[in-house]
Amino acid sequence: MLYFILRRAVFAVVLLLAVSLCTYVLFSALPSDPAALTCGKNCTTEVIERNRVRLGYDKPILEQYGLFMEGIVKGRTYGPGEAAVHCPAPALGYSFKRHQCVTALISRSLPVTISVSVGAFVLWMLLGVGLGVLAALKRGRWQDRVATGFSVIGISLPTFFVALLAVLIFTVWWPVLDFPSYTGILANPWKWAKALVLPWSTLAVVSASTYVRMTRNGVIEVMSEEFVRLGLAKGVRRPVLIVKYVLRAALVPIVTIAGLDFAALLGGAVITESVFNLPGVGKLAIEAVVDSDLPVLVATTLVAAAFIVLANAVVDVCYGFLDPRVREG
Amino acid sequence: MTDTPLLRVSDLCVSFRTPDGVVRAVDSVSFDVHAGETVGIVGESGSGKSVTANALMRLNFGAQVSTTGSILLDGVDLGSLSEEEMRLRRGRDIAMVFQDPLSALNPFYSVGDQVAEAYRVHHPKARRPEVRDVVVESLGRVGIPEPIKRMQSFPHEFSGGMRQRIVIAMALVNSPRLLIADEPTTALDVTVQAQILELIQRIQQESGTAVLLITHDLGVIAETTERVIVMYGGRVVEEASVESVFEQPTHPYTLGLLGSVRSLDLAGRGSLRAIPGSPPSLIHLPTGCAFRPRCRFELGEGSPCGTTVPTLSVAGHSRSACHLDVTERERLIAGVDG
Repeated sequence: MLYFILRRAVFAVVLLLAVSLCTYVLFSALPSDPAALTCGKNCTTEVIERNRVRLGYDKPILEQYGLFMEGIVKGRTYGPGEAAVHCPAPALGYSFKRHQCVTALISRSLPVTISVSVGAFVLWMLLGVGLGVLAALKRGRWQDRVATGFSVIGISLPTFFVALLAVLIFTVWWPVLDFPSYTGILANPWKWAKALVLPWSTLAVVSASTYVRMTRNGVIEVMSEEFVRLGLAKGVRRPVLIVKYVLRAALVPIVTIAGLDFAALLGGAVITESVFNLPGVGKLAIEAVVDSDLPVLVATTLVAAAFIVLANAVVDVCYGFLDPRVREG
Repeated sequence: MTDTPLLRVSDLCVSFRTPDGVVRAVDSVSFDVHAGETVGIVGESGSGKSVTANALMRLNFGAQVSTTGSILLDGVDLGSLSEEEMRLRRGRDIAMVFQDPLSALNPFYSVGDQVAEAYRVHHPKARRPEVRDVVVESLGRVGIPEPIKRMQSFPHEFSGGMRQRIVIAMALVNSPRLLIADEPTTALDVTVQAQILELIQRIQQESGTAVLLITHDLGVIAETTERVIVMYGGRVVEEASVESVFEQPTHPYTLGLLGSVRSLDLAGRGSLRAIPGSPPSLIHLPTGCAFRPRCRFELGEGSPCGTTVPTLSVAGHSRSACHLDVTERERLIAGVDG
């Protein structure tokens, strides 16, 4: 098992390096000149060239990548002398648009995204798995129809629509909530939760739908397994049987997908963050796209990729714990 | 044999409502199993033998199933019990061994845990060391080498035969009065089959557990059972001691079954003699005798074969359900292999 985890970790690191290289090269290949983007419309060639040297864009692409990686490990100073800007490790670049180190921007928006993601994830798993199990156990009855209906609606509605609908209903028609404005959890936990209820619910409704169906189908499938019948034949109580035999088996594939979905969310819930005006990674990425802020774009892409790679590794290891059959692998 | 049987099944009917119509999987089946006895139920696929077994455990569920008739275990009608009362009997009074030991074991728990669970369900106050001893002992009894070490292994780490031994250990951990073995050797290699049958026999002799062995394999029946119930189309067509069935079968279907096995033993003397036709659809059973379309002795137009379902009646040492006159039948059957 330890060997399995170790191997998986090494693989994850290699994969991350490959992803970072691809991302860096890909964004550098964009037709827009990163140096030209560093100053506004009334720009002189001298300023552009000075910034090009200062940010290292004059060097060959692989060398740029090398410097970028070095910056992540050691921190990086942009430009010489008085005008130099230092970004401490891990330095993911310097945004000329915002005149800030990218790492600082990300570390400011990441807590927001994590707050949104974790809450939404908990809610959607409870909702999705709960309704899925209910639908499977009451198959063909009204509970099943309600759960399946909910799932169809959730899948059909786009996120921005659900988000706007939620805002309309809960802040305008029936104003129980203020329009969300983000507050740190440490600053005021109550306001933090209140601001996030709508984004959480929106993401939960949209994402839970798939889980309702997956759980329902999984549970129904496992229910007809021979080992469940043997459990009954042993005299195991029904609730115990459902948790220990049915759910245990049905949740294994769901954990895999849940891990990846969660990671994708951590990379930035772009639409939800935009609609609810939450200063998270997703919103940062969108703004970077609009502003052609390349360093920020590269960094947010990398962060999202890193979450996916990490989640993949974690899911694989979890899988080994969950299913004894893959442990030897 | 005592007067009151351990298990008395009377007039058991099980039907399933399906979109294509009502399937009468088991129709008016009656039989007894006495304490310590080994009884075999034999028949082709779809003859209703597994449904009968599941009915005894009340494991045929769903709104589409209807079960009538009575199943008396020690004089208690299992059909009248609440679900909770039935649960307490499952695994304690009646235990079951399934066909495919890989799919029957829960892949997520060690085999020791699973045997322990079977014990704990019916001994909720048992302490850890006690449960552990029981598990080790019962795994050892069914021939798992190094049970203390192996109890931590998972089902997929065992061979098919070993897995079936574990299922048997689980079934026997509470010393049930009746063990239902539903095709316990079908999924196993031939050499392993013999070992498992020996094991079931040995345990039956040691513990006095009655065994109801369900199989399509007459070889298995010959090796292990004392009495045989032959099922066809959801009904019992013959019931006799194992000797009578093999020496003097009294139902054309039993004869056909024997023919399809016997020719294997007499290599070179004859080819495998399959029963012509295929088992009937349980939705559209032939009127009268279900075996009529495949029967070589069918009486033809105007005979009761096509109109009336034959009932079990005494024929020699057996009871069988056939419209043919007993002496005529004996003559015809004797002539077949003559």
